[in-house]
Amino acid sequence: MTDAAAVRVKLDHAHCRELLRQMIRVRRFEERCAELYTKEKIRGFLHLYIGQEAVAVGVMQALTPDDAVVATYREHGHALVRGISARRIMAEMYGKQEGCSGGRGGSMHLFDAANRFYGGNAIVAGGMPIAAGLALADAMQSRAGVTACFFGEGAAAEGEFHETMNLAALWRLPVLFVCENNLYAMGTALTLSESETDLRTKAAGYRVPSEVVDGMNVVDVEAAARRAVAAIRDGKGPFFLECRTYRFRAHSMFDPQLYRKKKEIEDWMKRDPIVRFRDWAVAAGELHDDDIAKIEAEVAAEVADATDFAEKGTWEPVDTLTRHVGAEARA
Amino acid sequence: MPSLGAGMEAGTLVEWLRKPGDAIAHGDIIAVVETEKGAIEVEVFETGILEKLLVEPGSKVPVGTPLASIRAEGEAAVVTPVVAVDAGPVAVEAPPLTVEAPPVAAPEHVPPPPSAVPLASPAARKLAQERGIDLSALTGTGAGGAIVVSDVEGHADVQGPTDVEGQAAKPAASAAADLGPMRRAIAAAMARSKREIPHYYLSHSMDMSAATAWLNAYNAQRLPEQRLLMGALQLKAVALALLDYGEFNGFYEDGKFQPSSSIHTGLAISIRGGGLAAPAIHDVDKLPLARLMTQMRELVGRVRNGRFHSSEISDPTVTVSNLGDRGVEALLPVIYPPQVAIIGFGAALPRPWAVGDALAVRPIVQVSLAGDHRANDGHRGALLLLRIDKLMQEPGVL
Amino acid sequence: MTVMTYREAMREAIREAMLADTRVFLMGEDVGHYGGSYAVSKGLLEEFGPGRVRDTPLSESAFTGIGIGAAMGGMRPIVELMTCNFSLLALDQIMNNAATIRHMSGGQFNVPVVIRMATGGGRQLAAQHSHSLEGWFAHIPGLRVLTPATVEDARWMLKPALDDPDPVLIFENALLYNDSADIAGEPTCDIDRAVVRREGGDVSLITYGGSLGKVLAAAEQLAAVSISAEVIDLRVLRPLDEAAILTSVAKTRRAVIVDEGWRSGSISAEIMARIVEGGFWTLDAPLARVCSAEVPIPYAAHLEAAALPSVERIVSAARAVLGR
Repeated sequence: MTDAAAVRVKLDHAHCRELLRQMIRVRRFEERCAELYTKEKIRGFLHLYIGQEAVAVGVMQALTPDDAVVATYREHGHALVRGISARRIMAEMYGKQEGCSGGRGGSMHLFDAANRFYGGNAIVAGGMPIAAGLALADAMQSRAGVTACFFGEGAAAEGEFHETMNLAALWRLPVLFVCENNLYAMGTALTLSESETDLRTKAAGYRVPSEVVDGMNVVDVEAAARRAVAAIRDGKGPFFLECRTYRFRAHSMFDPQLYRKKKEIEDWMKRDPIVRFRDWAVAAGELHDDDIAKIEAEVAAEVADATDFAEKGTWEPVDTLTRHVGAEARA
Repeated sequence: MPSLGAGMEAGTLVEWLRKPGDAIAHGDIIAVVETEKGAIEVEVFETGILEKLLVEPGSKVPVGTPLASIRAEGEAAVVTPVVAVDAGPVAVEAPPLTVEAPPVAAPEHVPPPPSAVPLASPAARKLAQERGIDLSALTGTGAGGAIVVSDVEGHADVQGPTDVEGQAAKPAASAAADLGPMRRAIAAAMARSKREIPHYYLSHSMDMSAATAWLNAYNAQRLPEQRLLMGALQLKAVALALLDYGEFNGFYEDGKFQPSSSIHTGLAISIRGGGLAAPAIHDVDKLPLARLMTQMRELVGRVRNGRFHSSEISDPTVTVSNLGDRGVEALLPVIYPPQVAIIGFGAALPRPWAVGDALAVRPIVQVSLAGDHRANDGHRGALLLLRIDKLMQEPGVL
Repeated sequence: MTVMTYREAMREAIREAMLADTRVFLMGEDVGHYGGSYAVSKGLLEEFGPGRVRDTPLSESAFTGIGIGAAMGGMRPIVELMTCNFSLLALDQIMNNAATIRHMSGGQFNVPVVIRMATGGGRQLAAQHSHSLEGWFAHIPGLRVLTPATVEDARWMLKPALDDPDPVLIFENALLYNDSADIAGEPTCDIDRAVVRREGGDVSLITYGGSLGKVLAAAEQLAAVSISAEVIDLRVLRPLDEAAILTSVAKTRRAVIVDEGWRSGSISAEIMARIVEGGFWTLDAPLARVCSAEVPIPYAAHLEAAALPSVERIVSAARAVLGR
């Protein structure tokens, strides 16, 4: 039986502060990334998470260090909240050796063994089988871990989504499938790509239990994630959590956003997860304006420090170009 | 138009030696072609009927242009480019220009032979460069007629020059900067000889009075073209002497001496424009003097102009070098590997000569021998020279 | 003396690995209740149970990816893709994940998965069931590609493959499963080097996998016409044992590559390129190769036979290279 207390969100001062602080970290970090991109400090693709922070922050609250995370190419937020330092993420974005993937991965491929963060996968739905495999490994080795697998609603059109959903259910694998439904797969609206836009029905087709949650509400996300993880830990197999959210910025840095109207963006921005939660917490007396100013200052310092760290980072010598293709010393 | 060397782009047909309708056989010479290197005899490798001449004498055509068509007996007409013997001084056959049909079925792919350069494998090119051998002087025996390593290795064994005759006669135009292919070929063969062969040298003075008298008497009764030269007598004397000294006639290969049952005498001949070659006259011991002289005359004439067949330089069993007409007294020749001996003749010079108790002036020739000490010894070498002397004293038996 | 078939050798290798290491498990379509599409895993479900011999749905991408994830999670999965034709459905996982994760993660994660699949034509299975894609996969850095051509290699290659910290693909030519041989003594197998299966001096016949038998037969025929062929079994298509190739070609100066893949962009092309790069000055003849005809493999027996490398074509190519 699930302990009801374990799935309840305790909204005390400390926790509210933490939820807000994490969301602000992600927001400010990415705002800085956008700026650095225009200054050509960061190159390649840069997919910003701004607007969706409540999902990563909410879900991560339900995970323990023994759990695993598989994310997508829009994963700076997940990496930051999961525990990879802003310094190592920023250095990675710069392509520096001190980056969390040694400069080999970049924005789309953040990895960290210590935090069981299995990437930044840039193939839509490509990380889903891996998540199921990590879950299988936990199950076969009688470990209690849950693997959280983040993906967008665009993944529902991929075969790997369906294959994995089926197998995870069939083998009752401890996977939390977190679908961040931001309505657009790059520029293609869900309504233009799915005959059935209610994604829960797809999970239901594989007998995967599901829940839909307001992805702009960090508390709702956390609560739903806690319930889902508890069910998974209970041995009930995978869970499908659909978080209805919205990205405020373009798909990537090079996107004129022809596919959606300004009005739509403005309407969603009124539901900004940071603003909503901050206003609620202040109104509820859990946080004061001072707290918020302090959080902003802390985060600004952290982002400045991360940028400074990345700037001062080292470029890997070209001599070692062919490292990390195979093991240097084989068993 | 056969390709005969790197850089050869075209050749001029000088004359047709055969006419349409003639039956021709493998190895026949059917035409002469002029190239930057000199005249080339065009040899065919087919047997059949010379069907059609495709190029007029005097025409300059690019390498690869068919010169004539040859129809195999009982076969429909087909254009077959004829191939040629290289004019290069030490050259033999040019590679055939047609690609051989695969033995069982069509191979996966056969690259077309390049038109302007000899078809040669990379390994062959490398070896040829190391040994200073001109690829255009080689005959390919590899796939598609390409020159392969074994052809280059074989070439080193058939090169003619065995001494330093003619070196200063006419410096090559580009001698200082770039040794010509001929020079490089000589360099390679002679360097190998001096590197590998433990030479010993013997020299002996011969009174040529008897031979000179006999020769004068012989020639007095004959037309100029039938007259003999002293060189023919010397060549015959050497061949007959070798019959009893087999260890000087043959090849030293793979660590052992292989005597030859025939005596094919290489004749060192300098070539106009520099260099030299030593093509063989076959079975010299069996040739009557008149025929020997005819062959010598024909051979020297051709070789001086740089025209000879591969078979002529491919199999001398011993070499004779005669510098008599250059006026030098004696020479110490260098053996052409894998042969084991070379005999040199200097000029017949008037010298004081003891006849009984008195001095007389006689024409004296220094005959010298360079022997390969791995195959023969000085004792037998001395006897060989004495036998030559003895034969020269009885020219009637030659 | 232990005579076994290639199939039994592979089964014994899997069995031995599963007995020795509880992290090893077998996963794939019909590996359990059916006994394996090629009967390789027959009996293993009964011996090890459904937890370690896992029948999968027809979801090549998912179960290959699950193998990759499980490997990252500490297991030593053996994924059976039935045939390389179906590997195309798992290509995203093999190429985008298995081959890249070590690199993308800066060396933090590795993927010790073994992916087995049958390969090759010759059984009148037509265009979608006759592919030879091993050379194609050999293009990808981060993978090791094995092509066991003998019963012995089938028996002994799996263990080093499982011991390898990186993804290993094993291509088993389906025509070999019934081959049998005496497997005796200690395993002496590595997954690094090519081996000389027959020594010779005139031409190197370089091949792998299902073509080895044809090449050895061709070498025998060539010997009858005094051509001494050296037969190199590559065994590993990635990384290529370039030293073995160049050593042999330096000796023979000639090479014919025999590859059941299509010619264009094939592993044979790669081998030829390596020879030209590293052994150009040793060559005494143009390189040649015998590949599959550039056509989807046809059903009709005579057409299929004409499309695939044959002993006759190998002999012909070798003779053409030698000009005799």
